[in-house]
Amino acid sequence: MSVRDQILAKVRANQPVDERPLPDLTSFPVRTSEVLDQFMTVLSTIGGKPVQVKDFAGIETYLQENPYPGRIISSIPALQHLAEPIPENADPHELANVELAIITGTFGVAENSAIWVTEANFQQRVVPFICQHLAVVLPADAIVANMHQAYDRLHGQEYGFGVFIAGPSKTADIEQSLVLGAHGARTMTVFLLG
Amino acid sequence: MSTIPKHPELSERFNADEPRVDWHDATLWWIRQKRDKAAHTLYEDWETLRNTASAIKDNVLGNLADYLESFERQAIANGAVVHWAADAAEHNQIVLSLLQQAGATRMVKSKSMLTEECHLNEHLAENGIEVVDTDLGERIVQLADEPPSHIVMPCIHWKKEEIGELFHQHLGTPKGSADPQLLTEAARQHLRDKFLSRRVALTGVNFAVAETGEFVVCTNEGNADMGVHLADVHIACMGIEKIIPRREHLGVFLRLLARSATGQPITTYSSHFKSPRAGAQLHIVLVDNGRSRQLGREAFRNSLKCIRCGACMNTCPVYRRSGGHSYHNAVAGPIGAILAPNLDMTKNADLPFASTLCGSCSNVCPVKINIHEQLYEWRQELTRQGKVDFGKKMGLKMMSSVLSSPMMYQVWAKWGVGPCALFQVWSIIPSIPGSNNGTCRRHPKNRSGIGI
Repeated sequence: MSVRDQILAKVRANQPVDERPLPDLTSFPVRTSEVLDQFMTVLSTIGGKPVQVKDFAGIETYLQENPYPGRIISSIPALQHLAEPIPENADPHELANVELAIITGTFGVAENSAIWVTEANFQQRVVPFICQHLAVVLPADAIVANMHQAYDRLHGQEYGFGVFIAGPSKTADIEQSLVLGAHGARTMTVFLLG
Repeated sequence: MSTIPKHPELSERFNADEPRVDWHDATLWWIRQKRDKAAHTLYEDWETLRNTASAIKDNVLGNLADYLESFERQAIANGAVVHWAADAAEHNQIVLSLLQQAGATRMVKSKSMLTEECHLNEHLAENGIEVVDTDLGERIVQLADEPPSHIVMPCIHWKKEEIGELFHQHLGTPKGSADPQLLTEAARQHLRDKFLSRRVALTGVNFAVAETGEFVVCTNEGNADMGVHLADVHIACMGIEKIIPRREHLGVFLRLLARSATGQPITTYSSHFKSPRAGAQLHIVLVDNGRSRQLGREAFRNSLKCIRCGACMNTCPVYRRSGGHSYHNAVAGPIGAILAPNLDMTKNADLPFASTLCGSCSNVCPVKINIHEQLYEWRQELTRQGKVDFGKKMGLKMMSSVLSSPMMYQVWAKWGVGPCALFQVWSIIPSIPGSNNGTCRRHPKNRSGIGI
């Protein structure tokens, strides 16, 4: 018998008989209708920066007023004059010198200000981690209240890699002092669009 | 009996520096308070979340074999290679052979308590492989040639001045510098070079979804993702109990995990790995190492529900005042003390006694493991198995009649013979540096599981 079959046989022999059904997940009601406010408040608390903009011109104005000196990449067509496109089949190591990456967020979650993104949003998986600074463009009406609603949206969705990102990379490993910018992005700006 | 130092002796050493114990105690209690605040932000849902998480895990334990098969099937369909390891040695050998197949002699690793449990780093070092731990806390203890003392905060026992000196020696930071910002930046630069130059990355797994074959890794630092997305080979190692049935169940566990661990609403990154990057390899190693045995022990199987948040450690009066290394096991604290005897009953027979049975661990556990009851059960089981020395055994005989009856317990308490004094006889205190009269007035069986 293979190791696999031996382990499975042992598990099967030792697992308890439990015929109780899986619990119902519909018992977590939405507690707030102010999802945008909550999202922005939580994001600020965890070290991110919410910026409300009407349109892409607003993002451009913001970036002119708050310039990022260095390489800027983005896969958003409306920002192509501000950033180089993310190279799809390049060696991910070539992104090591990216100063700012601007990507599209699929939706946000008000209770923890996490934003769901998949590799379809940024071509190369390493993009939101390797850049020094990360900006996410999120439609202001694409915010759900909690993680249950978030996974309702993800039900049946296909992705090879997806991630909830909530704020900049951080650590408190040295005497519990919070430091932003551990290994991933040092800052996270969220442009709430519309 | 083994001659390896036991929890009483090791915690006595830790207690030699009293101001340091106070500092350690206060730091962990502060984290416990952050957990309370975070739980309170969800006060309407919190207990339902805990009950739901526990019920999902009940279902997992009752159907684990089917879920494992489903996970394997889906993962293979997604393009991953699935390996099975019966024990630590097999796990270590699989990882080594994957490195050898890749022609790699160096690897980056993000946090994985399973690989600590299996002593992977030592095995790889013996075989000429250099492993760099990339979580900042883990890198600190690795540079100091120590194991982590806490599953979430590996260097919680280190002071910033000591880390400054360590980094001065290893990373060339200015002597006398203890600024966390500066030290973190030095580690960022040091580890960025490793991320960019290693071709194999190993990660742990927080949750693996039977329905889809994907798994989730949670970090704040982004070290797991930096390692994996720059490597050609991703090796993900997981205990077989990490399975959850469906993707939607992640909603429950991700709401609980970071709030229970550090008081954050969620970790910065909750990465869902389903298929390998184009041109890269994804290997998943499923490890038993005693978990199937624990599954067969009715009194202890609930310990397999653990999601490794560390809340039980932060709240434990004994852990806070004896430090993680006193538990001489990869996982310390109350949960470690019920997992460790399953791994080695002789070596770890002391650990279930390193507790006041105050029940605070059970009260904060996000998946409602009856930790303090299992500690009590282990004491009896270890005594039956002849693993407990004479002093403890005599105390145990005296205590058994008291503890088996809540009424007797109350009588003893009323006599003014503090129950903690009895525990001290039983466990040969000073093994319980945190015990006090306020923490164990009530019989373990009469305690509610209300999270506070």
